[in-house]
Amino acid sequence: MADRKYTEDHEWVEVDGETGVIGISDYAQEQLGDVVFVELPDVGKVLDQRDEAAVIESVKAAAEVYTPVSGEVIEVNEELNNDPSLVNSDAHGEGWFAKLQLTDPTELDALMDEATYKTFVESLS
Amino acid sequence: MANASPDTELLKTPLHDLHVARGARMMSFAGYALPVQYPAGIITEHKHTRNAAGLFDVSHMGQAILRGADVAASFEKLVPGDIAGLATGQMRYTLLLNETGGIRDDLMATRIEENGALALFLVVNGACRDADFAHIASSLDGEATLEILADRALLALQGPGAEDVLAELAPDCSDLVFLEGRDMEVDGVSAFVTRSGYTGEDGYEISLPAAAAAAFAEKLLAHDAVEPIGLGARDSLRLEAGLCLYGHDIDEVTTPVEAGLSWTVGKRRRETADFPGAAIILKQIAGGPSRRRVGLLPEGRAPVREGAPIQNAAGDGLGMVTSGGFAPGLERPIAMGYVAADHAEAGTSVTIELRGRSVAAEVAAMPFVKPNYKRS
Repeated sequence: MADRKYTEDHEWVEVDGETGVIGISDYAQEQLGDVVFVELPDVGKVLDQRDEAAVIESVKAAAEVYTPVSGEVIEVNEELNNDPSLVNSDAHGEGWFAKLQLTDPTELDALMDEATYKTFVESLS
Repeated sequence: MANASPDTELLKTPLHDLHVARGARMMSFAGYALPVQYPAGIITEHKHTRNAAGLFDVSHMGQAILRGADVAASFEKLVPGDIAGLATGQMRYTLLLNETGGIRDDLMATRIEENGALALFLVVNGACRDADFAHIASSLDGEATLEILADRALLALQGPGAEDVLAELAPDCSDLVFLEGRDMEVDGVSAFVTRSGYTGEDGYEISLPAAAAAAFAEKLLAHDAVEPIGLGARDSLRLEAGLCLYGHDIDEVTTPVEAGLSWTVGKRRRETADFPGAAIILKQIAGGPSRRRVGLLPEGRAPVREGAPIQNAAGDGLGMVTSGGFAPGLERPIAMGYVAADHAEAGTSVTIELRGRSVAAEVAAMPFVKPNYKRS
């Protein structure tokens, strides 16, 4: 299983070699409510860690998604244009946002692993 | 993705425990902790209200009874509506105005009769409640007295199934048509019931003693047709219905004419011209305002939000979006806002700024969704 890391802002990155797929956590999608639109980054865009990677529109409000790692966007999840509710129904799977060619894999070291993130989320309620 | 937890000092409505027990996400609104949504989610709650019946806790709204020797004439000093012309049991949407014709608040007034004496039952916005009541009481000091009903809850049951559900507990509710109200027994409790709401649907608003509210709400919710609905869906429902949200679509620097609410200025009142800001408002009615509230249909899927600038093709500023979101009933974004009067005609092409780019949009007639009121 590929290695998945989390930020305190509830984004995740799943790393496979030198690429990483980013998305938001199940906890985050639950907080947002029904997602009705996702604005994805352009393929080829170079993002620094913490740059805005996407904007999620729920019925009620817009929320920015920041990339957990630096890299170049090499693929985006076009399916979200047809069905943005995939973010709600499968945040950790089919609701992914973009695939990045990582430029600084050492950034991953400071992110939370699955167990640490789980404890972090529990501390919020 | 920050998530603010509700402030512990927020006021609680009589249904607070019910909301929490049903898994509502609570938010701060008008000083109260209120449900923004339940686990079903805003889209499901919205559609349920359009298809069956939704129960809303609107106990944060201000309720009061105004009494006086000539209460209608007194209240007309503050609002442009024809209050004297109301029959007993008739309800009217009207506006508290300031001296420059701006809107202090919008409210519902129902003429009631108490032991032969006429009075007005008022319901005002929660966020304006204290200011409204202070304004009414001090403006009418010596001729009318305001009793603030602090110990009453207000529930709204909205949707095509509302009448059948409520009639089981209050058979008399079927006698009311849209914008009528009166006292009636509701499940053995004395309540004030009006056929009104804020969703564009048929339905009722039920004012009852706070102590009886939770048991009554549970009884309604036990019905298959009824689900609890939060403020999120309340907002998307009223936006589809083209209804103004105070503090957003109308405020102290917006006149009724600009807001498309000239119809609230009664015919007789236009002749007597004796309401606050009358000179300014009547001049705008005669000559047209410089800007107007309009509906907006942005292209694509991305909602435009309050505060987004509206421009013409040349890039000149026309105004601003005041409410915007996703319409679950239309499965597309909708909005309302103000534009220069020469761009207010339905079908006019405009652009709306969204995150540094321009989205094409069309000025559209409101309501976006046809209302389903029971008028006769």
